[in-house]
Amino acid sequence: MSKHDAEMIREISGVNPLKCMKCGKCSATCPAYDEMDIKPHQFVSYVLRGDIEALADSKSLWKCLSCFACIERCPRNVEPAKLIDAARQAVIRQRGNEADLSPDEIPALLDEKTPQQLLVSAFRRYRR
Amino acid sequence: MQRIGVFVCHCGSNIAATVDVKRVVETVKKEQGVVHAEDYPYMCSEAGQALIAAAIKEKNLGGIVVCSCSPRMHEATFRKAAERAGLNPYMVEIANIREHCSWIHKDMEEATEKAVILARAAIAKVHLNSHLQPGESLVTKRALVIGGGIAGIQTALDIAEAGYEVDIVEKTPSIGGRMSQLDKTFPTLDCSACILTPKMVDAAAHEKINLYTYSEVESVSGFVGNFSVDIRKKARFVDMNKCTGCGLCQEKCPSKKAKSEFNRGLNTRSAIYTPFAQAIPNVPVIDTESCVKMKTGKCGLCEKVCQAGAIDYSQKDEIITEKYGAIVVATGFDTINLDQYGEYAYNESPDVITSLELERVMNAAGPTKGHLERLSDGKAPKEIVFIQCVGSRCDDHRGKPYCSKICCMYTAKHAMLIRDKYPDVNVTVFYIDVRTPGKNFDEFYRRAVEEYGVNYIKGQVGKVVPQPDGSLLVQGSDLLDGKQIKMRADMVVLATAIEPEAGVRKIATMLTASIDTNNFLTEAHPKLRPVESPTAGVFLSGVCQGPKDIPETVSQAGAAAVKVIGLLAKDKLLTNPCTAESDTLLCNGCSVCQNVCPYGAIGYEDKEVNDHGIRETRRVAVVNSALCQGCGACTVACPSGAMDLKGFSNRQILAEVDAICR
Repeated sequence: MSKHDAEMIREISGVNPLKCMKCGKCSATCPAYDEMDIKPHQFVSYVLRGDIEALADSKSLWKCLSCFACIERCPRNVEPAKLIDAARQAVIRQRGNEADLSPDEIPALLDEKTPQQLLVSAFRRYRR
Repeated sequence: MQRIGVFVCHCGSNIAATVDVKRVVETVKKEQGVVHAEDYPYMCSEAGQALIAAAIKEKNLGGIVVCSCSPRMHEATFRKAAERAGLNPYMVEIANIREHCSWIHKDMEEATEKAVILARAAIAKVHLNSHLQPGESLVTKRALVIGGGIAGIQTALDIAEAGYEVDIVEKTPSIGGRMSQLDKTFPTLDCSACILTPKMVDAAAHEKINLYTYSEVESVSGFVGNFSVDIRKKARFVDMNKCTGCGLCQEKCPSKKAKSEFNRGLNTRSAIYTPFAQAIPNVPVIDTESCVKMKTGKCGLCEKVCQAGAIDYSQKDEIITEKYGAIVVATGFDTINLDQYGEYAYNESPDVITSLELERVMNAAGPTKGHLERLSDGKAPKEIVFIQCVGSRCDDHRGKPYCSKICCMYTAKHAMLIRDKYPDVNVTVFYIDVRTPGKNFDEFYRRAVEEYGVNYIKGQVGKVVPQPDGSLLVQGSDLLDGKQIKMRADMVVLATAIEPEAGVRKIATMLTASIDTNNFLTEAHPKLRPVESPTAGVFLSGVCQGPKDIPETVSQAGAAAVKVIGLLAKDKLLTNPCTAESDTLLCNGCSVCQNVCPYGAIGYEDKEVNDHGIRETRRVAVVNSALCQGCGACTVACPSGAMDLKGFSNRQILAEVDAICR
């Protein structure tokens, strides 16, 4: 992982981490906070600094529930869950996928009301 | 063909660092009609102006072009200089080679080329300029203040003290505004009503001030010095001349279920009511929505008990038309609607309140008579959480992108007052930043921390969840300690963003005063003309222009008053001669120009014309030059090219375009 990946994460997520005013509302709102080593609000500054190696190795990547509460409540439209999701994607692209969930299993787990975005990010998470 | 002089300003290095001014001078010398060209470091200086005056006289110049900053800065300076040298001031053109050129370019070659082109366009225009003469209009020596809060009251008092008549139009039944709803004021903690009510009394008693309460501005026409305003005096159903303010009607009124606007809906009031005890005027109004008599025709108790016979159910709204020379907007603010902020449970729990609601709770005349208690069960709270920046600094669809400015200080005030009166109550404040610029402001906030033990936590709250036991779970960030905090609270107070009062957009439209995306009125210049609207004769006072606290509001109110006084002190105003005129031979009387004119300056008359030997009577547009503000909308709209704007004629503008494209 490199500086270049920080660019890629920004691009995939469409998030501008410079918009963050460090209010901490994402971390205040996060239900998986206790299980994360890098907290949602820190995630933003890691991307900003280009410290992607640490992010890629972080537990948080796979602990984020993709509940999108931080996206919903972020007052600056920074939306950390999008960053986390993009980081997952970057890691999977580079390191491959070791997960045991296969696409064939998905239809059985489907609920019509589940938003597609949630499915996609959950799929990334559980395929590890 | 004019004899034209061109003067190129260096503006120190502002222009000269990017534009080769010497080359501009040499190049423009070759332009047709240019008989003189020179450069100077500061053309706006006295020496620079003297240079221009000397050249006008010596070279017998018929028109000049000054290549300098924006005409908004120094057009007036150079016009006056030219006039002193005997040249008609409208023979001066400015080529803006600073804002439009040197400041926005880096490459000298390109910037110099552009500066020459801009100068060439201005030269082409001057050739077609004519000797315009400004007209005169009279000034009505009376001011209108829209809004009767502290901003409007102070502006009115200051104008009245200078000897001019002032009318205050206030939409609620009493003057006083938001300040009358506050309990104490920072940073001195004096009682808000104690310092406001004397001003309210002064305003009401002043022989030069006339109050129109329970009234709204209906329409505005005219222009600076000569506004004509229709004011709707809403029916009070109580005769202001007969009512003694005894209050018996309010006591006897059987309908007491209407939410009290003054107490932010936290308790109820009668259908016939004065908003608060010190209301001015102390004359109630009947709220037709909740009055039994109005709804069913039965009741009439207030009429029966009124010994003065002041109740009049047949009263109707009344429209008053009044003339004014100046209008001050002082419409104030409200807190934003919190429906979008479900995470704070404001609509779920009565124990989650806004700071303005807390003001009423803390106030002796409020719904709890000043006792700090939970609105759900009346119990005394032990743990209170304040949440800052609720809807402020929000760059999303839910809130406002700006800082509301007053919240940090009033929260410190609330926290301090609670800790002072109820030392066993814990107070926690979740903040993003504490912003306390202002005299004695930071000291005030530090006192809350150091002397009163208020617990400030850096971090925002993510959610407030009402618990089955009636308490509130607050989950927030402590960014400095790197923790997610989950705590129980008995009350949560939201420092809710403020926004301009809802009706301000309508008022701005009536006044043709510009307004920004947040509905704050725009200043004529953000630094140098902060209390004037870009629309001449319209002035700004208080929060309608941007968030501010009481001392700032009072200062700005005074500043607005000075500008009004300066205007009203004049007997006559020079009018802008750059007005529209219609060519009767081209006009076909289609009314398109009349429909687009924002000033109502265009009328029609039947005129006899001689069109190539054919004499006939035609309906043609006629511009009232006293009303025309020279905006040019009609010239663009006119399908037959009959409308033209003096000083900015179609020929002049095309000549500029041609010069640029040459």
